[in-house]
Amino acid sequence: MGDLLGGSGTVLDDWLEAQRQAGVARPDLIDEAQRREQSSQVLTLLGKVLAEGSPVFPDDPAWDELRMHLDRLSESRAVDGFSPTETARLMLTLKDVLFKRLRDAVPNVTADAWSDIDEVTGLLDTLALYSSEVLQRSREAIIERQQQDMLELSTPVVQLWNGIVGLPLIGTLDSRRARLVMETLLDSIAETRASVAIIDISGVPAVDALTAQYLTRTAAAVRLMGAECIVSGIRPQIARTIVDTGVSLDGLPTRATLAGALALAFERTGRTVEPNG
Amino acid sequence: MRLRADADLGRLRQRLRQLLPNASPFVITRILTVASELGRNALVHGGGGRCDIRPPGPGLRLLRLHFADDGPGIIDIGRALGDGYSTNGGLGLGLGGVRRLSETFEIDSAPGQGTRVRVALAC
Amino acid sequence: MAQVPILRIGDCLVVTVNADLDDGSALTLRDDLACRVASISARGVLIDVSALDVVDSFTARMLGDVARTVSIMDAETVISGLAPAVAMTLVEMGVTIPHTRTALDAQGGLRLLGIVMESARERGA
Repeated sequence: MGDLLGGSGTVLDDWLEAQRQAGVARPDLIDEAQRREQSSQVLTLLGKVLAEGSPVFPDDPAWDELRMHLDRLSESRAVDGFSPTETARLMLTLKDVLFKRLRDAVPNVTADAWSDIDEVTGLLDTLALYSSEVLQRSREAIIERQQQDMLELSTPVVQLWNGIVGLPLIGTLDSRRARLVMETLLDSIAETRASVAIIDISGVPAVDALTAQYLTRTAAAVRLMGAECIVSGIRPQIARTIVDTGVSLDGLPTRATLAGALALAFERTGRTVEPNG
Repeated sequence: MRLRADADLGRLRQRLRQLLPNASPFVITRILTVASELGRNALVHGGGGRCDIRPPGPGLRLLRLHFADDGPGIIDIGRALGDGYSTNGGLGLGLGGVRRLSETFEIDSAPGQGTRVRVALAC
Repeated sequence: MAQVPILRIGDCLVVTVNADLDDGSALTLRDDLACRVASISARGVLIDVSALDVVDSFTARMLGDVARTVSIMDAETVISGLAPAVAMTLVEMGVTIPHTRTALDAQGGLRLLGIVMESARERGA
């Protein structure tokens, strides 16, 4: 079966032409050089696998290289805007090309030829469905992320005092959520003309490197807007973890309680608190 | 569109603003910044180039930008993407930052073979 | 390539940057500011960028160059009006503007430089 791909040069050109005829070349989504490169790689890797006999897809490690290439191809096509059908058609047009070569090479169909045809059909259908599925999943992942962004409702930024805002963080932060929360905080600093932002992390279960990076980044952005950041709600366990793991908060002022942070904020904004009477 | 002079960068930014009239300021700034970085690279280091804009399709809110120039190319892409690499103050700095701002980032460049950068940005 | 106007308030200079700052204008601005700082022995420069919705690494570098030039002449620079979107994008890119302090707006910037405008005393204690 590996012979089918022999003289790969013409197979590639025939396949590229077949894609064009089937309307799946989509020069508006992907340029010619890229399309050629993607298809050429498929043939090369497919040839390598077939040279080793008939390994079972997808489990046999012989398929790994081609599978990874198809993953990359499908993911990038998801971003480019290809539909699942167009991606499936990519492999199916290859089937047409190979069939034609088989027909030309074996004018009288023998039992062996039928078995080859069977194998090719099965294989390419499987690859077609596989790549289409990967593309579907990529698309869904992208859409879901974007929908999540839209649903992420207002993180409550509280005005604690004139010129002082507070942001209670609850739960873990992934990069998307972190970005949205940062946007809300910065907007509110602009709106309320705050000079201090207190980020309370008592609702955050753990401060790992990623969370620390989020905090230092937020503080940097707040500083660019002429305000400053204080982190409050540092529980003893968190303080210990921070020290143990060597995570850096870049000199960001921290306090154990919101009250402590508020006192610091007053100090920084030139206010003093005195008891009554 | 062509990128042959500073004014073209301004035109590129205008075109992008017009393309996304309802986007949040965060999205717009992010997109314009990426376009500025890559456009300026093509202009200043690539001796002029092109930018193709693929507007977001239905469903998938991704804006795709493709910058290409026929300049001298980047000698060491790995280093150019790491922060701190700089010729004339920061070709690399720009790329590392752009990658962080983008959903997907692909670069293809070699000495004498120009540079092509493709990014997809959430909008 | 319009010239950016430089205003004077007391012994400080104020610059309002608008629209696109290209190579030419940025360099001209830096040199003009250097001259003016010298000629009036200014102690502070305020650069207001509230009209910018994009500050890329080039613009940030230009602003940093201006600030460094000004600090060599023994004056300080305050940059005011960085929009939330701009601040966030700069931070995400890992770009900083050294040698400067920042303020939310021009008024805040002037206050940082020690100039209190008579008509407005809002953010005070």
